[in-house]
Amino acid sequence: MLFVAPALALIAAFLVFPALWTLYLGVLKYDLAGSNAAAPQFVGLGNYRDALTDPRFANSLLLTVAFVGLSAVLGQNVLGFLLAAVLRDAASWVRGVVNAVVLLAWILPGTVVVFLWQALLDRGGGTLNALLGTPGAAWTLDHPLATIVAFNIWRGTAFSMLLYSAALGAVPRSQLETARTYGAGPLRTLRDVVLPHIRGHVLTNTLLITLWTFNDFAPYMLTGGGPDHRSETLPVYVYRTSIEGGALGYGSAISLIMLIVNLAIALFYLRLLRRRSA
Amino acid sequence: MGSRPVATVGALAVACLVLGGCVSAKHAAGAGDPQRNADAKHATLTISTNAISGGKNAQEADWITKELIPAFEKAEKAKGRNVTVNYQANGIDDAKYGEKLELSLKAGGGPDLFVVGGDSIATYAAAGYIAPLDKVVGGEANSWTGWKQVDAAVKKNVSMNGRYYAVPNGVDGRVLYYNKKLFVKAGLPADWQPTSWADILAAGRKLATLSGVTPIQINAGTPMAEATTMQGFLPLLAGAGAEIYDAKAKKYQGDTKAVRDVLSFYRTLYRGAKLGDPRLQQDPNGRDESFTEFSQGKLGIIGESDYLWRSVVCPTKSVCNATAMPDRNSTVGYAMIPAERPGSGVGGQDFVSMSGGGGFTINPHTKYPQQAWDLLTFMRSATQIKAQLGSTVQITANKQVNDEILARDPALKFIADKVIPITRFRPSEEHYTSVGALIEEATGQVVAGKPVDEVAKAYQQGVVKLVGADHVSSN
Repeated sequence: MLFVAPALALIAAFLVFPALWTLYLGVLKYDLAGSNAAAPQFVGLGNYRDALTDPRFANSLLLTVAFVGLSAVLGQNVLGFLLAAVLRDAASWVRGVVNAVVLLAWILPGTVVVFLWQALLDRGGGTLNALLGTPGAAWTLDHPLATIVAFNIWRGTAFSMLLYSAALGAVPRSQLETARTYGAGPLRTLRDVVLPHIRGHVLTNTLLITLWTFNDFAPYMLTGGGPDHRSETLPVYVYRTSIEGGALGYGSAISLIMLIVNLAIALFYLRLLRRRSA
Repeated sequence: MGSRPVATVGALAVACLVLGGCVSAKHAAGAGDPQRNADAKHATLTISTNAISGGKNAQEADWITKELIPAFEKAEKAKGRNVTVNYQANGIDDAKYGEKLELSLKAGGGPDLFVVGGDSIATYAAAGYIAPLDKVVGGEANSWTGWKQVDAAVKKNVSMNGRYYAVPNGVDGRVLYYNKKLFVKAGLPADWQPTSWADILAAGRKLATLSGVTPIQINAGTPMAEATTMQGFLPLLAGAGAEIYDAKAKKYQGDTKAVRDVLSFYRTLYRGAKLGDPRLQQDPNGRDESFTEFSQGKLGIIGESDYLWRSVVCPTKSVCNATAMPDRNSTVGYAMIPAERPGSGVGGQDFVSMSGGGGFTINPHTKYPQQAWDLLTFMRSATQIKAQLGSTVQITANKQVNDEILARDPALKFIADKVIPITRFRPSEEHYTSVGALIEEATGQVVAGKPVDEVAKAYQQGVVKLVGADHVSSN
């Protein structure tokens, strides 16, 4: 017990305390300016009631589910796996180049990446419009969700690719050979030979990228949550209500709801993982 | 052992809940003794504004760092006081700057001197971020000789309950700017003054015949933030005969006829007659893009403050950068904003405007209130005001300076003489900023195509939730 005490103290200071503090702020009418900044009022579960009845919150939750589902669970997962699978048998210099390019997208600071994407998507002189010959197409305004989904796939695929590269290395070549000898097609091989070996990796990877994407704030820098809240995922919603709108208490209540959703997601995956190992 | 820290923190949180206001304790102290540290051998002061050398409001940043600070430090030295002044430069969106400032004030820090807008005084004061100047620095705040040079309306804009909260910088006014070359091409008079909203739309319809030209830009939507309310909604609302807040009745405009009229005008503009570009209202950089379009002759009419004339399309490249218009004086026309119909404006006016402007104030938590007051009055002396302007012209809060400089610029003179006398200010009420956000949302929804009645109803609900049904009028 004595040995884990420092760790527990750290957890208490940096995880438990902020969570409880958020819980506390969430029951207040507490604003960035105005009289509720000086003397917050206790409103009990009022903020939670407001959030759960606010169509903007529902919209935001739906968008977040779509954003996570399309860009992380499907996009990064599938693309990362495909890259890893293709690169496994590729020449080493091809692997090196592709690895470097994909990793670059991952290691660059978010603000830099967003700046590049703004230059890419700009409706006046953007690179994409120049390439496609579609001057004036406003990608971020007409397809805000698709924009942030594509952005997040591009940005985050590297992690899945790295993880799956390592995982695929653990699939014995002899089993793949055997499958091929017996005439199994690529899909069949994937299902019966590869997946059973890497199921744990798939779950762990999906858990991590789901949580990261769920809490990702980068979309704000690209679309500002707009137009008309059409790319306002939960982290963006929290920022816009609590900082731009100055409703710190309300923002805290939503943050706590997000925390609970995060916990639920984590528990869900951990349960799947445990079932596998049992 | 492991659960003890958790339990302690939990107990603390519960104690907060029971006692109430753990988060507010810091601000309860308020301003202390105005004479504290008045005799300090060495004092350090910080000024913050949203300006940066080589970028946003470069003129102001250069003035502060190159002229004001050296001159002030020298003057203090002559008095035997050692004062160092630091400048915090920023070059970001006004709304983002406001958030940054509020967060630092909320954390109990913030600069010693900063600018507060007239519309933010009530909400900042309620939060304890600012206090009456006579409380912060003492009675000399009221007896300052400079007040004699300040216009009554401008004084009112930085006061609340008869007490000064800031020393004003100046005042601005809103007009409709138009491109004379485009007007002539479209068969419209180069000397244009609409007398109703219908006149504006009629001119827009003619401009629509020109290819590659967006006829009208009246700001809407959330990305433009306060530019939506000040340049768009509020002048229109004044033209429909209402002010957003009735200080006597203590009521905000809810789902009223005036509000619906304004929203209907937006609908006609952006959806019905398609005379404006909805994209500009949705784009996070829409306001800057509208400036670029106007400076390139791609936009016919734009509702803006004198800021556009002074700092966006001025002929001087070093001040206005990419949007500078060398031919501004011959190409850009300006007209007063008409009421919905002649005589339908607030107070029975034919023409309307909105004015903003704020002033420098002193952080109540400053360590050196007397030195800060010295700096504040020093920077608002006629000499420093003129140094701040350089070769540019602006309506300052100093009558004597205005008399000297306004003759140099006919557009500013027009605004000072014709617009300021009929203008209105935003209410000094602590919920105004939040009501403003609801207005931005409502105009954005109309531009996106939602029916006016539905939007007005949702807006009304939002305001009622904010201030209570007793403080909202609807008809």
